[in-house]
Amino acid sequence: MASSETAFAGARRARGLAPFLRSQMRNIAPFLTLIFLSAFFAFASPSFATLDNLGNILTQVSVTGIIAVGLTFVILCAEIDLSIASIANVTGIAVAYFTLQESYVNIANIPLPGAVAVILSILLCGLLGLVNALGLTVIGIPSFIMTLAMMQIAAGISALLVRGQIAYKVPSLITTLGSGSIGGIPWIVIVAAIMLLGGHLVLTYTRFGRYVYMVGGNREAAEYSGLNVKLILGAVMVISAVCSGIGGMLGVAHFGSAQQNEFDTYLLDSIAAVVVGGTSLFGGRGGIGNTIVGLFVLGVLNNGLDHVNIDSFLKILIRGLILLAALVINVYAQRLREKAAE
Amino acid sequence: MTAGQQPILELQGITKSFGGVEALRGVDFALYPGEIHGLVGENGAGKSTLMKIIAGVHTEFSGRFLVDGQEMHFRSARDAHAAGIAMVHQELSVAPDLTVAENVFLGNQPTNALGLVQWRRMAREAGEQLARFGIDVDPMARLGDLPIGLQQLIEIARVLFSGARIVILDEPTSALSPPEVERLFATLRRLREEGTAIVFISHFIEDILRVSDTVTVFRNGRKVAETASAATSKGALIEAMIGRGGEVLEHSYTDDLMLPQPSDSKVVLRVDQLSLSRSLRDVSFEARAGEVLGIYGFMGCGQQELSRILFGKLRPDSGTLAVEGAPTTFASTAAARRAGVALVPESRRDMLFHQEPVYKNISISILDRISSVLLKPAQERDIAKRQVDQLQIRPPVVGLDLGMLSGGNQQKVALAKWLTYPPKLLVLCEPTRGMDVGAKNDVINIVRDLRARGLAIIVLSTEPETVLSLADRILVLKRGALVREFRNEPVSKDRLLEAA
Repeated sequence: MASSETAFAGARRARGLAPFLRSQMRNIAPFLTLIFLSAFFAFASPSFATLDNLGNILTQVSVTGIIAVGLTFVILCAEIDLSIASIANVTGIAVAYFTLQESYVNIANIPLPGAVAVILSILLCGLLGLVNALGLTVIGIPSFIMTLAMMQIAAGISALLVRGQIAYKVPSLITTLGSGSIGGIPWIVIVAAIMLLGGHLVLTYTRFGRYVYMVGGNREAAEYSGLNVKLILGAVMVISAVCSGIGGMLGVAHFGSAQQNEFDTYLLDSIAAVVVGGTSLFGGRGGIGNTIVGLFVLGVLNNGLDHVNIDSFLKILIRGLILLAALVINVYAQRLREKAAE
Repeated sequence: MTAGQQPILELQGITKSFGGVEALRGVDFALYPGEIHGLVGENGAGKSTLMKIIAGVHTEFSGRFLVDGQEMHFRSARDAHAAGIAMVHQELSVAPDLTVAENVFLGNQPTNALGLVQWRRMAREAGEQLARFGIDVDPMARLGDLPIGLQQLIEIARVLFSGARIVILDEPTSALSPPEVERLFATLRRLREEGTAIVFISHFIEDILRVSDTVTVFRNGRKVAETASAATSKGALIEAMIGRGGEVLEHSYTDDLMLPQPSDSKVVLRVDQLSLSRSLRDVSFEARAGEVLGIYGFMGCGQQELSRILFGKLRPDSGTLAVEGAPTTFASTAAARRAGVALVPESRRDMLFHQEPVYKNISISILDRISSVLLKPAQERDIAKRQVDQLQIRPPVVGLDLGMLSGGNQQKVALAKWLTYPPKLLVLCEPTRGMDVGAKNDVINIVRDLRARGLAIIVLSTEPETVLSLADRILVLKRGALVREFRNEPVSKDRLLEAA
């Protein structure tokens, strides 16, 4: 036994760079994509690689970033949340609904003090997340279907609240965080950064974060280790809904209006950010760091395509192709990793 | 085997390494038509790796690979299949939601000219094939509804009758009851007469000696011996396997063994009239501190369900259990763990995280004791390191991904995760299944040590040897009911088999 031990230690040292790179493919590939895209656009357009434009990109990805924090938790658990955009929308509408609007806005709303409006809105998105959680864990509806239903429910609540109208006012705190800035840095970027950092710290340094990875890595084993798997899955669904809600409130302030279907593109963007960043769709691998890279890939792509004067209809196709490529890499990286672990 | 005949399969100088660890070093291996070739060796000796190379699972290796004298290089298991090589893996790989017939014909269902599946023909032919194997079962039944032992036999039957010329069986008998083993052996002999070459990997050396013509012994990735089965003995093979002296390391348990005076220490677990549809009927018993309670029965006797109920993974239809407290049933595994119950299930895959390092696998079940919110990685590693040293887990590197360890060492990790803060009741399902002699002895010693520390331990097994080597008191479970208790009396393999 002793001899095999030393042989082993030697073997580990001699393992070399190639296998290491292969096992890190899920982290390296998105990063290379980001560098490649940045270099390409910087070369193709003089207006791309400027400090101003970096600010633009950061602002453009902020709402997606806030929503993607919670979604990262969900995908790490090998679940999915399709209701994020709808919940963002309904929460943004709710916070406007509870705010006094200008007289020309024709919505039968309930004006409340700003703090109360914010708290009620957060409770609303938390409640919707809880419904997702109960459907998934207690009843056992797959998250794909459960959150598809929730997507419709939240859209329905939105529709009932605004009835086709547009609201403009939100509490001053939200207005500041959504569209104000401090020292030239938009508050929304700061909020997104804080939430991403918070998500990273929770996932990396807390017991709950470890449980999220373990449940995603092997749910059966987590249960056989005596973890309360349902509680953890329920918690990530609520976290996802609350992050979406915050993103929705700030988004409404950022856009300057609250209306139906305002966030529709954020569903795909948020999922794309998480997956393009390299977080495994099979759970247990990835994290906020990956999501940040994914956000930048999408942000640079969206922003860069505007700079190079491309057919705006082609943009949609290009985004789809990039997402497909990321999915291929995601699945391929999982396979390489499994092979390495054999 | 006939001398001078051309081997159907020949491997020369095979070397294979995983991330720099050599699993096989220069192995030569030849297989002849109409031969049953037994393979023995400790866990991690390289048997399974070699077989996976032959079956096209591992495609990167060095050395020559000849089929019918022609050099081949498989790129996938499909290539191996096309060359007539089929393998039954140690872990069950069936489709439980499909019918028996669909499982038998998995991947090549008979179709008509339009490409539609011919159900009636498939059912008839599946029934005929299984009947040749001595299995009488409705081909249209859902496979998952059958006992596990039967499912495994059907999987083996599927591979044996797939028309393969080379069949590899990895630990085929460990989940089978003695009559099922007999059935398997009879079929293997018949296939041998038809010219099929069969590789048979097993830890049951008696089985190897009974059914095989040739035996090859592996140790540390090398082939150390190849001999005719008739010309060797269990003792000689064990000696070659472990490379130590030839002392008898394993009891055969054919002689009577005296069970000790029952303990009168405090009752840790009281099970009262547990029933679960089609699995358990009115099961009642007690487990005491400092005692190992063995529960023996054939595959599908309800053991698995019983263990899951004890750990809150399954809820019984009726009945209660009490762990030093009021009668209850556990609503979740978390509740069972809080009450002081720990379970090591029979399948390591079910309880370990293969892509995570060893220390995370060990610390997962005690994280809430060492950290309320923030993780303490240094402490986790310390705790894991102590367990790794104490249980002699090899290699002793806590940062290594679990998947890199051999099966026996993984089993030790599965035990280690419960031992930092020992539970009141430890439930072990098949704690030594698929393990080599050395690792088995290690596990036996660990269990005895835990008993001395006052744990109540329940060992559930379908192998009489496992129960006999560990238990102070033995219950026999038969078709979901407790039929016999052995205490303070002589017991042997025969007596157990008779009771079941």
